[in-house]
Amino acid sequence: MQYTFVTLVENKPGVLNRVASLFRRRNFNIESLAVGRTENPDISRMTIVVDCADDWDAHKIEANLYKLVNVIDVQDVTRQPAVFRDLALIKVKARPEQRAEVNSLAQIFRARIVDVAADSVIVEVTGTEEKIEGMIELLRPIGILEMVRTGQIAMTRGAYEGTRRAPGANGNGWHGEDDTGLAEY
Amino acid sequence: MKLSGAEILWECLMREGVEVVFGYPGGANMPIYDAMLNYPVHHVLVRHEQGAAHMADGYARASGKVGVAMATSGPGATNLVTGIATAMMDSSPVVFITGQVAAHLIGGDAFQETDVTGITQPITKHNYLITRADEIARVVREAFYIARSGRPGPVLIDICKNAQIEKTEFVYPEEVRLPGYKPPLRAPKADLEKAVHLIEKAKRPVILLGHGAIISGAEEVIQHFAIKTHTPVAMTLLGLGAFPASHPLSLGMMGMHGEAHCNLAIQNADLLLAFGMRFDDRVTGTLKTYAPHAKKIHVEIDPSEVHKNVRVDVPLVGDLKTIVSDLIPMVDEYEHDEWLEQIAAWKSEGDARSIMSWPDDGKLYVAHLIHDLWEATEGGAIVTTDVGQHQMWAAQYYFLEKPKRWITSGGAGAMGFGLPSAIGAWFARKNEEIWTVVGDGGFQMTAAELTTAVQEGANVKIAIMNNNFLGMVRQWQEFFFEKRYSAVNMLNPDFVKLAEAHRVPARRVTRPEEVKEAIQWARQIQGPALLEFMVEQEDAVYPMVPAGASLHEMLRRPVRQSK
Repeated sequence: MQYTFVTLVENKPGVLNRVASLFRRRNFNIESLAVGRTENPDISRMTIVVDCADDWDAHKIEANLYKLVNVIDVQDVTRQPAVFRDLALIKVKARPEQRAEVNSLAQIFRARIVDVAADSVIVEVTGTEEKIEGMIELLRPIGILEMVRTGQIAMTRGAYEGTRRAPGANGNGWHGEDDTGLAEY
Repeated sequence: MKLSGAEILWECLMREGVEVVFGYPGGANMPIYDAMLNYPVHHVLVRHEQGAAHMADGYARASGKVGVAMATSGPGATNLVTGIATAMMDSSPVVFITGQVAAHLIGGDAFQETDVTGITQPITKHNYLITRADEIARVVREAFYIARSGRPGPVLIDICKNAQIEKTEFVYPEEVRLPGYKPPLRAPKADLEKAVHLIEKAKRPVILLGHGAIISGAEEVIQHFAIKTHTPVAMTLLGLGAFPASHPLSLGMMGMHGEAHCNLAIQNADLLLAFGMRFDDRVTGTLKTYAPHAKKIHVEIDPSEVHKNVRVDVPLVGDLKTIVSDLIPMVDEYEHDEWLEQIAAWKSEGDARSIMSWPDDGKLYVAHLIHDLWEATEGGAIVTTDVGQHQMWAAQYYFLEKPKRWITSGGAGAMGFGLPSAIGAWFARKNEEIWTVVGDGGFQMTAAELTTAVQEGANVKIAIMNNNFLGMVRQWQEFFFEKRYSAVNMLNPDFVKLAEAHRVPARRVTRPEEVKEAIQWARQIQGPALLEFMVEQEDAVYPMVPAGASLHEMLRRPVRQSK
């Protein structure tokens, strides 16, 4: 089953590599990964989609992400009320007489045609994975020349938060008062 | 005041209390070595960077402080890799400082350029690449904090040559700011109560102590807890010393070569209290049948170790000493006489098979040798080992009463660890007796450090268990590959002459009656001394849980081998 994790990390060089390497190291396969800045310039946000066997695997991923010093927060939003979005640019083979067909399909999917050339158009479509997959299937018979996708991004609705399964990780459920007390073990 | 990056590095190391560093100079760290001359620090020139890494690790484990190892770029840094991985697997706090080519050359395959932060990323707790002098103070401060706090581990700092030379204002950071790094301390009250509930109901509890018990300094509170709850205590290889071997509640070592009665106790327990251990495959056997009747409480500082190998009923994530201290007032006094009697019965059955009851047949057995060494040193030496049969016999027969006297490569199982880690331990505790027990194979991997020991006057005693075999591999080939010996037979140098060439006094021992006198001879010598014991060639370590078997399915020593 595909799990979606929202991860906040320090915006520093090499952090993406550390996160990606961790999935290789622990033998998990990343389905998609989207990274970008947040409202705080010191923090980047990653949405990572991974195939997990069960919640135990999800726990393993969360806890291991916290082992990285630059990882600040990890939430599993898979089963939470959340908005999931993916954006695709699809270049479709379309001579002038086929444009109308592509255009009507685009309207049904609330997609947009963002470039028109002599024998092709670029369709921009935003939505959930299923919606984009659906559109791709309908465009395929017309002829897809090229396609690019951003990977899924996610945000929980309202005050909902994702699941945090790793107690003790980076201060989660942490009841100490002195956060330097362990320095002198 | 403006200082060079190299000077800033040493200023910071002085503030961290660094007194000794183990290293090797080269092109890319020469400014660091030049600046070092102006600081009150002792540098140990090793003969191979792997030696520096293991020495810093041995120093860290013997002292409880952070060890420091240095190397130049490229091959200097890559030679550290085995030592870094060893420190990582055994949670040892070591800061590695490597030189790197100048920042403008990075990525251009310059002479002795290697992607060291890339290589060491999965085998360090954290690592840094420094390209500017003004980053050094903050990074060194963070590196030491990360290395020693939480679950300790190695941190590597790769410093570009230009950053070592550039001058900048030296500002020592007053505090460490790491938003993604807050090691846990205490477990929530509700979780502690769940644990107490399980402890109250238990009839056959066993405490499992790992390296975390020693790192956390929890030995006293654990003793208090074990006595109050009348619970027997088993230890992992790295947990040895965390609980006194002579204590009536001690079960000794668990796992692949653990005591039979200890493994049987775990398999029959109804509650396991895992304290600072990680259910490594070498202590569980196959997970399918591991402690099938037991509820499990796991006290562990690293959240990623919880539920990793064994799913537990109550995880308590935090500092072991703090959590056990919190638990003690919450539990009542219990008695488990029936359970302890059952374990004692298993133990007496095992004693009949013990090699210690064998009559003298004129041959040298490692188990007997270790026992003699234990007696001669009154169990008070610091013992380091290499990896293999001798390591397991040392673990089984050098009974430890106190922590931080047993230094061995557990998780990584790195051959070549014994001698350099002993030298490192000597720098931490120069007034104590230090022995390294090694095999003929592993010793040769880092034997060049004999000269380092001489140059430093390191008072370490080396006991080579020479069976002219890679003994543990030979044992596996005997048991599991129909005795088809493949690449295990060793033609060795004359170790006595080798030692003497390094100016190390040495003796060869071939007969049991010579053993005690030879040990005393070595003890009288100031500085390094070496004993080569010509031991029984095809002895095997028992008990043994074959890889993939259940923990109770042990191969036992035949009651008396007829040889």
